[in-house]
Amino acid sequence: MSLDAHVGVRLGSLDLDVELRAEPGALVVIAGPNGAGKTTLLRVLAGIQPLDAGQVTLDGDCLDDPGRGRFVPPERRSVGVVFQDLLLFPHLSARENVAFGLRARGLARGEARRRADDWLGRVGLAGSARARPGELSGGQAQRVALARALAGDPRLLLLDEPLAALDATLRVETRRELRRHLDSYAGVRVLVTHDPIEAMALAARLVIVEQGRVVQQGSPADVRSRPRSRYVADLVGVNLLRGRGTGGTVALDAGGVLTAADRAPLDEPVLVVVHPRAVSLHRRAPEGSPRNVWETRVEGVDDEGERMRIQLGLPIPMVAEVTPAAAHELTLGAGVAVWASVKATEIAVYPA
Amino acid sequence: MSRRVSRRPPAVALVLAGLALATFLVAPLLGLLERAPWRELPGLLGEPEVRTALRLSFVCSLSATALSVVLGVPLAWVLARTRFPGQNVVRALVLIPMVLPPVVGGVALLLAFGRRGLVGQWLDQWFGVRLPFTTPGVILAETFVAMPFLVITVEAALRSLDPRYEEAGATLGASRWTVFRRVTLPMIGPSLLAGAVLTWARALGEFGATITFAGNFEGRTQTMPLAVFLALETNPPAAIALSLVLLAVSVTVLAVVGSRVLARPRDRHVGAAAVSL
Repeated sequence: MSLDAHVGVRLGSLDLDVELRAEPGALVVIAGPNGAGKTTLLRVLAGIQPLDAGQVTLDGDCLDDPGRGRFVPPERRSVGVVFQDLLLFPHLSARENVAFGLRARGLARGEARRRADDWLGRVGLAGSARARPGELSGGQAQRVALARALAGDPRLLLLDEPLAALDATLRVETRRELRRHLDSYAGVRVLVTHDPIEAMALAARLVIVEQGRVVQQGSPADVRSRPRSRYVADLVGVNLLRGRGTGGTVALDAGGVLTAADRAPLDEPVLVVVHPRAVSLHRRAPEGSPRNVWETRVEGVDDEGERMRIQLGLPIPMVAEVTPAAAHELTLGAGVAVWASVKATEIAVYPA
Repeated sequence: MSRRVSRRPPAVALVLAGLALATFLVAPLLGLLERAPWRELPGLLGEPEVRTALRLSFVCSLSATALSVVLGVPLAWVLARTRFPGQNVVRALVLIPMVLPPVVGGVALLLAFGRRGLVGQWLDQWFGVRLPFTTPGVILAETFVAMPFLVITVEAALRSLDPRYEEAGATLGASRWTVFRRVTLPMIGPSLLAGAVLTWARALGEFGATITFAGNFEGRTQTMPLAVFLALETNPPAAIALSLVLLAVSVTVLAVVGSRVLARPRDRHVGAAAVSL
């Protein structure tokens, strides 16, 4: 059982061209900025949006192949979808929502109800079977949507920003619960999100889509250690710089030179990652072991509670992370001149 | 009076508004109520001609409403959910009966479905069906005039219904028909009901197209509005009694539709989240 898709769709300003493979048992998370084409990708897999080019194959069955004139409509695909804003039918009770797919696939009313109740029990909503979606809390509605998608025992489960509709307090708990249900589901799963925490927490494999193209994929650990785009760097919270290797140093495209312990390939385009925690700030020119020391100006300060993110300006724009105490001691604020230092061993260099 | 700036509306507006109310609402209604033969009312409404007209009116207007629902809902669906060339022309065509003088509509129906008409001659030759001056002719005329009310109400409802609910139904394995029956119809239900009530009210009051196309035959094509018009010559108290019945029906309809429309915005998940890419 596996999903094999090459998705080519042109839709307004979106030009989507993505290859995607997914095996059962490993949740594939598609992450990317808004407008990257993530939802369109899911709509193609669900059969709501037909392909312009490419093909979608599930377990060897061709679901969509415009080249061969083949298209299987959603109702004959055996997919389960958890939609971004859930789209529970407002006129049906929770039980009827979950039973909807079973009834549509020809199950008798009594049996469909029995299975729907069973599913509601599994997601912990046995007591809310008769409630309408409007009477459910956000978290409950999310669980009904999941039960509805899973009740038909689909071969492919698609989740579009499944936690986006929840407030932050509910999200952590619901994510844990979602993970549990996903782990017990045997089919192929694809989840779309723009939330980095969700992506990192749930993914077995992460596929980053930007402007309709896959820019990077791999395990969350791979992606975290070697981000390949600005979006991914922001996603994992590191500084990403582009430059060319000159042996022991990297000449940055935006100006400035950094020394790295890794040997940068000579005269090749490279990516440089610096974790904000690795950047130290000083009021005066520091003397010591760090190979990289430069003078700069603070452009902005973001207070994130237990840590402060200090945005540094030219010559090497990057973010430094310090404790509030340190920020206070250095009287950091926009416009303040500071010295920044980074040890060469804290700088990761890899081919672009 | 002091010369401070008045916050009251200008006198002209008040006078004209009062004139409008008095002339076009209060006076006619008072006239009707004041002259109503209250005591003879039960007797008048029990008269055979009156009862015949009443029954015919209800049969015809309800049939016209049913026909409008059966044909008008699919038409509204096609207009709201599909794209085809000339769609705007079709949408405008649908509205024509609303703005056309009903008598002209009657003439047009005669030319189309009359015994020598474009379609009518074939109906007569092939099936022996003659519509003019028959009860089915009344239903046809009433449907012609009233169906647009249903189509525009239902089309507006379909347009404001997020199509992703229907897509969700499809991903759950429901055929198009099942989706329509179990998702679309219930979600536009209140609008469909409002549209049907408006359609029925319009059909019940239909006069011009009916008398032109179907004539004025007691028991066959003489609906209440026609009976009122005729009775005004021969039996004015009966005309007033019939008018009161129509008035009561209108007020009831207004109350029902009004409360429906006001009570609607519960559970409507429409539009807000367009597809995020």
